Amino acid sequence: MNRTSLIVLAASGVLASFPASVFAADADSNSLNALREEIAQMKQAYEQRIAALESRLVQTEAKAGNAEVSARQASVAASQKPASESAFNPAISLVLAGTYTRLSQDPNTYAIGGFAPTGGEVGPSRRSFGLGESELGIAANISPTLRGQLTLALPPEGGAEVEEAFIQTLGLGQGATLKAGRFLSGIGYMNGQHAHTWDFADAPLAYKAMLGGQLKNDGAQIKWVAPTDLLVELGAEAASGGAFPSTDRNQNGATLGALFAHVGGDAGVSNSWRAGLSLLGTSPRDRQYEDADSTGTAVTNAFSGRSRTWIADAIWKWAPNGNGVERNLIVQGEYFRRKETGNMAFDTAGANLVDDYASRQSGFYAQTVYQFMPHWRAGYRYDRLDSGNVSLGGTLNPADFPLLAAYKPKRNTVMVDYSPDHFSRWRLQLARDQSRPGAIDNQLWLQYAVSLGAHGAHSY
Amino acid sequence: MRILILLLAGLLAMPAQAGLKIFVTVPEWGALAKEIGGDKAEVFVATTGLQDPHHIQARPSLIARTRDADLVIATGADLEIGWLPLVQRESGNPRIQPGQPGYFEAARQVRMLEMPSRLDRADGDVHAGGNPHIQTDPRNFLLVGAALAARMAELSPADAQSYAANWKSFAERWRVALARWEKQAAPLRGLPIAVQHKAFPYLQDWLGLKDVATLEPKPGVEPSVAYLGKLLAQVAANPPKLVMRAAYQSPQAAEWFGREAKVPVVVVPFTVGGSDKAKDLFGLFDDTIERLLAALK
Repeated sequence: MNRTSLIVLAASGVLASFPASVFAADADSNSLNALREEIAQMKQAYEQRIAALESRLVQTEAKAGNAEVSARQASVAASQKPASESAFNPAISLVLAGTYTRLSQDPNTYAIGGFAPTGGEVGPSRRSFGLGESELGIAANISPTLRGQLTLALPPEGGAEVEEAFIQTLGLGQGATLKAGRFLSGIGYMNGQHAHTWDFADAPLAYKAMLGGQLKNDGAQIKWVAPTDLLVELGAEAASGGAFPSTDRNQNGATLGALFAHVGGDAGVSNSWRAGLSLLGTSPRDRQYEDADSTGTAVTNAFSGRSRTWIADAIWKWAPNGNGVERNLIVQGEYFRRKETGNMAFDTAGANLVDDYASRQSGFYAQTVYQFMPHWRAGYRYDRLDSGNVSLGGTLNPADFPLLAAYKPKRNTVMVDYSPDHFSRWRLQLARDQSRPGAIDNQLWLQYAVSLGAHGAHSY
Repeated sequence: MRILILLLAGLLAMPAQAGLKIFVTVPEWGALAKEIGGDKAEVFVATTGLQDPHHIQARPSLIARTRDADLVIATGADLEIGWLPLVQRESGNPRIQPGQPGYFEAARQVRMLEMPSRLDRADGDVHAGGNPHIQTDPRNFLLVGAALAARMAELSPADAQSYAANWKSFAERWRVALARWEKQAAPLRGLPIAVQHKAFPYLQDWLGLKDVATLEPKPGVEPSVAYLGKLLAQVAANPPKLVMRAAYQSPQAAEWFGREAKVPVVVVPFTVGGSDKAKDLFGLFDDTIERLLAALK
């Protein structure tokens, strides 16, 4: 017998004996079936429990995800606008203003004693009802790096005047910004702001006497913000000049230069402030103004020389917790100091006497505006100028320059304004103006200024 | 001159900060940026919870702070239109101009409510992009935060892992908190309320509150006593159970209405820092729900 047959034999023996043993245990077969059934039942029960656990797990996961799902609810609907040529229209804003004015003196005789007239619009507006300057603004980004803005002033007499038209870089980097075109100069505090945002109906006397109202430049400006938490802003401007205190020189170089520095920050959460120092330099040639000589004859005089104006400005704003909606307080002031040296031509059309001229003149205003309840503000402003000493060369007779006779103009102004919303303001302003020597002008303004269309951000 | 040179040398010698420099317009996104940024971000918040976000000025300090920012986070939807565009332009910083990766608007990440069907200032101070007060629905933080974490990672790849981990941790804790708040606030569902300003459509949407009256006749327009009286008569049939106002708002109108209608006035923090308990984002909603529930008792 070989080995294989032995194994087969053994296997068959085992097989043969097995059924026998089963039959032998026949009596237990029922209990075995019961056992099998029990096992099957247990298996089923476990499977059910596992399924239940699994479904609970899924539910829990779903629940966890639920918050996210509900947050996504209907998610971010991509709002698509229909394509249109006008989709790129720039932002358009319009300021409308009107006044009712009562003046005790004739506005046509307005002059600031001791100071050469600037030729700017410095007098009070005409008496009775008057239309203020409407202001049309158009602005938009030109490219990712450039923005353009046009502001047209529409005087009531008709026509249009380009108040501002400039391009400005959008982040040149390193805190630098370049501006070119016609723009409000960055000197002083109020100069860079549009007149309708001022807190009083008219400009301070110092602005009227020193800058002819507001200095606008045709030129370029560079401004740099220092990388500090305190605002340190330095700027320089070069311009062709043209308006007071400069004149058109018909030369290739710049005839007016300005430098300014601003420092500003917060003092706690309720206070913020800014202070600045500016220098304006120009060399006007043949800057003419009208006067009457010692005999009362109308003459035209002209100044040529150097003009340097320093301006120191400061503003401080307070609001409880920095929330100015209910109450807030603004205190601001600017001090001007101007030195002019050169020569003066008396009666350019006639005698044309030319001799030395030198003057040191100064002036300031200080004002405060308090919002005492929502929408209502009250303010007070004090103006003071000092014509200083004007020294004229020997050939010139001071009596021939009555407008330059030493004088210290002053003015007291109070106002109350009401702004029912962001876009409109009503103002009542009273002033006792002693700009003219020997005459007191009691002035009353009732004014509205409203803003339509796009409403740009206001500067500080 | 020597002083000037010293000053300049001092400026140049300032140590470079690690991580992102972030300028945030309102406290809620500031808190979110701090959660994601952790110690890898320096966050400056321009306003506090007690300031009306519609009336912020372009303060000098804000120009200084945006000058070096890597990222500006705003709500958008015109909420900051009165000051932020000016600050961005004046900053001389190219990275944070609109359209750049360094400018992030939260409102772009969520579904906006109250999109005006017509734009007319006769309707008051409406926002063309919809109601901007999206931070009153905590679910919006998951959407804004996810997008913000991705943006921060894009701007500072070196810190991407840290931002992702911080965000994951915050989002997990936030989901747990959301479930808790929703359970706590269940009794508020369907509750008729009056609001001072339409500042809470997202909160109402989340908790199922029903505003039956708005005290402001038009957005941003203060109500007169005569108007409030009329409103009171109008809601007599379906009186609100409480009057809600944000912490920064003037209390007069809500208090008058609450007194006359004999319902409690609930001052909700509105944003981080709007109340003592709203120290962070979790506190903001803990406190909001606590105050609303307290008014029910």
